[in-house]
Formats: sequence, structure tokens, C-alpha cells
Amino acid sequence: MDMPIPDASILTRKPQIVARLEAVLPPGAVISDPMETRAYECDGLTAYRCQPLAAVLPASTAEVAAVLRICHEEGVPVVPRGSGTSLAGGAMPTADSVILGVARLNAVLETSYDDRYIRVQTGRTNLSVTGAVEADGFFYAPDPSSQLACAIAGNIGMNSGGAHCLKYGVTTNNLLGVTLVLMDGSVVELGGAHLDAAGYDLLGVVCGSEGQLGVVTEATLRILPKPEGARPIMLGFDSNEVAGACVADIIRAGVLPVAIEFMDRPCIRACEAFVHAGYPDVEALLIVEVEGSEEEIASQLARIRAIAERHAPSELRESASAEQSALIWKGRKAAFGAMGQINDYMCLDGTIPVSALPMVLRRIEEMSAQYGLKVANVFHAGDGNMHPLILFDANQPGDLEKCEALGADILCLCVEVGGCLTGEHGVGVEKRDLMSVQFSPDDLSAQMDVKDVFDPGWLLNPAKVFPLAASETRRAGRAS
Amino acid sequence: MMRPETEAALAECVRGARGPLCITGGGTRQALGNPVTGEALSVAGLSGITLYDPGALTLVAQAGTPLAEVEEALAAEGQMLPFEPMDHRAVLGTSGAPTVGGMVACNVSGPRRIQAGACRDSLIGIRFVNGAGAVIRNGGRVMKNVTGYDLVKLLAGSHGTLGVLTEVAFKVLPRPETCLALRIGGLDDAGAVAAMTVALGSPCEANGLVHLSGPAETWIRLEGFADALKVRAGKLAALLKTRCGVSAEIVEAGPARAAFEGFRDLAWAAGRPGDLWRLSVRPSDGPALAARLRAAGAGEIVFDWGGGLLWALAPEGTDLRPALAGPGHATLLRAGPETRRALGAFQPEAPAIAAISKALRARFDPRGILNPGRMG
Repeated sequence: MDMPIPDASILTRKPQIVARLEAVLPPGAVISDPMETRAYECDGLTAYRCQPLAAVLPASTAEVAAVLRICHEEGVPVVPRGSGTSLAGGAMPTADSVILGVARLNAVLETSYDDRYIRVQTGRTNLSVTGAVEADGFFYAPDPSSQLACAIAGNIGMNSGGAHCLKYGVTTNNLLGVTLVLMDGSVVELGGAHLDAAGYDLLGVVCGSEGQLGVVTEATLRILPKPEGARPIMLGFDSNEVAGACVADIIRAGVLPVAIEFMDRPCIRACEAFVHAGYPDVEALLIVEVEGSEEEIASQLARIRAIAERHAPSELRESASAEQSALIWKGRKAAFGAMGQINDYMCLDGTIPVSALPMVLRRIEEMSAQYGLKVANVFHAGDGNMHPLILFDANQPGDLEKCEALGADILCLCVEVGGCLTGEHGVGVEKRDLMSVQFSPDDLSAQMDVKDVFDPGWLLNPAKVFPLAASETRRAGRAS
Repeated sequence: MMRPETEAALAECVRGARGPLCITGGGTRQALGNPVTGEALSVAGLSGITLYDPGALTLVAQAGTPLAEVEEALAAEGQMLPFEPMDHRAVLGTSGAPTVGGMVACNVSGPRRIQAGACRDSLIGIRFVNGAGAVIRNGGRVMKNVTGYDLVKLLAGSHGTLGVLTEVAFKVLPRPETCLALRIGGLDDAGAVAAMTVALGSPCEANGLVHLSGPAETWIRLEGFADALKVRAGKLAALLKTRCGVSAEIVEAGPARAAFEGFRDLAWAAGRPGDLWRLSVRPSDGPALAARLRAAGAGEIVFDWGGGLLWALAPEGTDLRPALAGPGHATLLRAGPETRRALGAFQPEAPAIAAISKALRARFDPRGILNPGRMG
């Protein structure tokens, strides 16, 4: 992993920069002791680490603006950080950067059930947004797997999704407005509680820009009335092809489940051994969940059952109780932990057209044999977002490199069949250098033009998303 | 008029342009935004569905493809564009065939937007030619994609000022088996918005909520499988009775569908004199805004999106924006060129936002030749 050489003049000015930051923030909000900044040396992608110059924890939009103004004047790169759960190294610092953590920005500012929105500070965790409204029958739809811990700021930065986005969309579809602090410290409001403002959809481009356009301190989020109920059905098949065809048929029949999860045999076996959910030993397992009133659930499940039976499933188990539903989900929810029990693993995040699924699974199996590394697959089949887990032994010299090479091959395969490098984790540093597989120089240039407009000095999270060679001249411009 | 047949030829037209270009598709939405003068560049020659994968819920089409062709292909597979795009022809008095590129450039949605999202929410990929004549691709044909910046959203609703769209990709949805509506008569604006709010706050998944203030009629649409729908309608009617004290009449699928097509296309305003305004606010601000609009001279007012979208007919040249008095925005949907020039079709942006918009235009269209002035 290449990163730009830290700016020596910034490193030598550390005392002055820290003093200026301390002057505008309350005591304890600036962390500069190397013992303490260690907590910020990486995010969820722990393979890459670097201690930042300092970390700051502002508690208001005004404090964020003050920090950015100082860093702008001093020419110091700033790496915004939500809860640090990024799996792509999006919040990994460089030695000459200041980490700007939003953890102290966690208040609910306003709730309107009549207008169906909630306005929060963005350090608030995803699940606690739903927590603030669920007693009144509402919820916030985007549900990344890390939702207990991840912050709304990071969700916006990465345009996060989750198992239920087939029906409810991802963050961008549920984000109504933000307060955004630009690198020069100016504060702008984008969108709001009213829909579809005229003018360019700046909100749409800020969402998913991985903290490179500004720091989002407040967000207006769409909340929805909770469905009356939900129930899963579990389907086992003897081949991936048949399971894939069954997914397509369910969708084509007009049923819109809230989730369709797909697990392959290595994954099913690992989960079963780990949590004993009672999974059958089959080639492919589908968990399909529908929601609505009791009558609607029954009617949708009857349709799904009829479709599945045409594909001769070796297992068909419709949940009849809350306990059975929990058991069906138990293995799927434990999938990542189960794999971790067996081995070290690398979790990929590529997206493919659902129709390419059987072919892609077959190719992954072949590549896995070539590299001599096992791969287990679990993914959101409704939307084609795959999470191949490559098993390796971190203590075995060369295994990590082999694993990275196989990972890159799999992601290139995703692009080759019409998919993309990342469906929900983001590019960060992890997939930065693969970007030119998916995009032409002109495509990348158009994206970097947007960064030029929002952050002309390229100080916000500068060495992420774009291949270093592609962004080099723009990043170098900041010295002038 | 230039009418290239391929993306490469279109890029060549843009590269070779010596002055402003006025970009057209089917020509049905030319009257939206501020007036533009320039040599006409039509994308109508770039036509056809390039990929349709019903099992993956995705469709890709060239920008000049008639919308009707896309809708027919989707209907044949029992699918649809979820955002229910309105047809501007009747209300703007235009003719021709609306294209998917024009629909995306104007981010056109309909009543279902309140539940299913706007056009931009279903748009997952684009190809476009920027003002320098370079072909740019962003997004793709899969519904989850966070690879790089989402220029797809930036281009949706940019009225051709950042690039000429050449191809658009959508996430589509299964078409509901059937629909029905609840019709409530006699409610004033506040009562209607209250009833629509109760429906939207319930788990009934109402996806069309319109109130016509003139005849005092409120319509709430439900869609789904026929068996489940009857039950849901009964529940919602009971809820409206308890919470709002109103009685709703059930309207069957045929007339309900016809009514919502009329609401979608603003049939009530077609052929009537006056400027037509589109105002978006929080639904709870809707009734008070309507009162201020009437005081400012507005005639008929129709509420969509559960009360958050107001359509207002006003005497020519009347500026309704001062009535906003709070968060929200107003667009002049239909007016003569002079009024659009004088008042500006779009809500003026805050200075910091206007500066960003201007800088983006300068980056994407350095010579300022793509629909110059359309958005300010």
C-alpha cells in the first residue's frame, strides 16, 4: 500500500498546529500524545496503519468549522472519521494529517412524524436513529451490518446500504438534507425536509464521496412507518444455478421481498458448525424475507413457495414463529464471525448483475483452486452485492499477498461481467488502485473535477478513492 | 439541427461546436427552465434499449429512446419505472415523444415519488458527453454501487448544462398487480393534509396522495396484490375514521388508475390560462402556504406528495415566491419566456451554493456551450 510521503514541514510544525487547535476547542478535544493517537491509526481495515499528527473531537458545527479553517490555513490534510468501522481504509490517517472524529456530535435535533423526518448530528450511530423513533412506530431504513456501531456521518460518506435495501434503497435514497462544512470552514446547507430542491443535486454527490468534499455535521433523514410484521422462508438447492434462477423468478413474479440472502456450501457449513441454526447441508441456501400485515405475509410467502417448488428445492422451511425466524437468520447473521472461527479471512465487496451469479460463482471456485485459497460466499442476492470471504493464514508468509491478488482478480471479474468494485464498503485505500479497471482516465477526471470545486487544495482525505498517479498533479497543486 | 446517430458522432458535434447548443430530445420539455438560444443538438438519433435484464431489475437505454418504448418493454415483463414520470405535453402544450434522456435531465417524477423516490433515485448509471466533448461514464447497471463519486445524481435534473446524456440505466420494480383508491370528499386543505399524513404514517404503504382544493376531493392510492389490497384498504379507511373522523369511499382500479394519470399529468391545468408554479415544502407547511398563495393571487391549488408538493395557477407574471416564507422552493413550471426570464424559472440559490454550481458548470462545460443560462 503506497501512501504519499508525509509533508515534513507539517510534521515539524506539529506543536504550533496543535496549539492553534487547542485554542478553539474545549479541553480534551485535541489528542496529540502518540500513546493516545494510536486509537486512530486505522479503521476496520486493520492491515494498514499509520498514526495521525493529531485527532480532534469537536462537538458542534461551529467547532468543526473552526478546526477546518485552521487546517486550511496551515495546509494540513484532514481525515474525517465517523465510528471508524470502514472496511476500506476510508478513515486511515497519514502521519501529516489531522483526524476529525464526529463521535461527540450525537444529538437528535428535531423529529417530525407528520413530515416523516428526523434531524440528527452525524456522529449518532445508525441503529440509535431508529432507537429514537421506534417507540412511535417509525424506523430509519438503511441497515448496514455494522449498524450498532457505525455513524451516520460514515454512512453518508460511503452511501451505505444493508440487507433491506432491495426494497428501501441505500443512504442516498433516504437522505433529505445535510449541513456541510467545507474545507475553508464555510458552512452550507444542502436539501432539507422538503423534497427535490431545484438546482444541481449536490446532496447526491456529497453522499458517497468518502469525506473528500466536506464534513457532514448534521443530517435530515427520512423515517418510515414500521411494517406490521416480517417473516422469512428458507430454501435449499443442490446447485447455485438453480438458486440463482429461483431468485430471478421470484423478482419477475412481482413479489418484492425486503431481503434475499444467498449462502454457498462453504459458508453454510461454517455457520452451521458455529451456531447450530439447523441449516441443511446443501449447495446453496436462500433466505427470503417478506413483510406486511399477517394476510399480506401469508399471500407473498404462498407465491414464493409456489415459485420455489418449480425449482425442486431440497429444503423449504417457512417460519411459523418468532423463534423459528430468529433461527433462520441466526446462521446468516453469524456468517462473518463463523468464518473468523475457522481462519483469518479477507471480506470482499463487489457487485454483479444478478443474472451473472452462477457464472461468477463458478469462476470464483476455479480461481480459488488456482490460488489454493478457500473462498466462501454470502451475499445480498436481490441486488447482486457479493461478499466473497477469502480464507488465509496470516502467520503463513506470502499468504496475505496471495489473498490480495485473488481478491483483486475476483473484483476485476465483477467489473468484467458488468458489475462494480464496491457495492457498499467504498473505495478508500483498499480499492483505490483498481479504480482504473472500472473507469477511463476521462471518467476519473470528471469525478476529480468535483473534488477540485469543493476542495481546491485537496486537503480532505486526499490520498483515497483515486489512484495516486491519477490524482498526483491535483494533490501537488496544494503546495502552490 | 444536428442529429447524430452515435455517441461518438455526438461527441464530435460538441467538440466542433462554435457557439451555444440547445439540447433536445423529444422536444416535449423544452419549455422547462430558463429560455435558451443556440444551435439545436438533438439526441433523438441515439435510440433503443441496449440492455434489459428483468431478473436483475435493470434496464439500460440510449438517451433518445422514447419513454413509451421503455414503458412498453417493462410492461411486457410486468415491471415499471417506480417514479411514475409525468408527461408534460398536455400542460405545456407541446407535442412529440418524451425521451428517457429528457426525463432524466429534468428529473421528472410523479405522485409515486413520495413513496418510491424520484427519478434520480432509480437512476443507477449514465454515459454523457461533457462540454469539452469527452465521453464520461458513471455508475453502472447494478443497483448497489459506491465506486467513486455519484455523478449520476449530479447529472439528474441538471437540464443538460453539465453534459449531454447519451445513455441511462435504471433500477426498475415489479409492477403492482392492481390498485385502488380511497376518495374522501369535503375536506379543507388542513383536513386533507391531516388525513394524508395519517395514511403516510401508517404501515399501509399509500403511494399516491393528492388533494384537489377546488372540488375538495382527497385521493389516496394503494397498490399491490388484489387479495391483500382489499384488506389494506379496509384498515386504512377504519384508521381515517378513527383518527380524522372522515369517511372514505373505495374507488376501483380502473377509475383510480385514470384519476392518478390525470393528477400525474396535471390534466386540471391543461389549456387553462395563467402561469403554473410548483412548490415543495414540508407537508405540514402546505395548508398555510396555500393560504398565502391565494392571498398573493393564486387560483386553483392542487396538493400532491401528501401535501408537500403544491401546484398553483396564478395570473401571468405574478411572483409567488415571497409566499414561501420558510424552508422550501418554488419553480415556475409554465410561463412565457419573458416571465421566465424576469422571475427565473428556478429558486435562486444561496450565494455559497450558487458559487459551487457555477464552478461545476465551468469544470464540466468550460466553454459554456451546453444549454447556457438554462439554470442560471
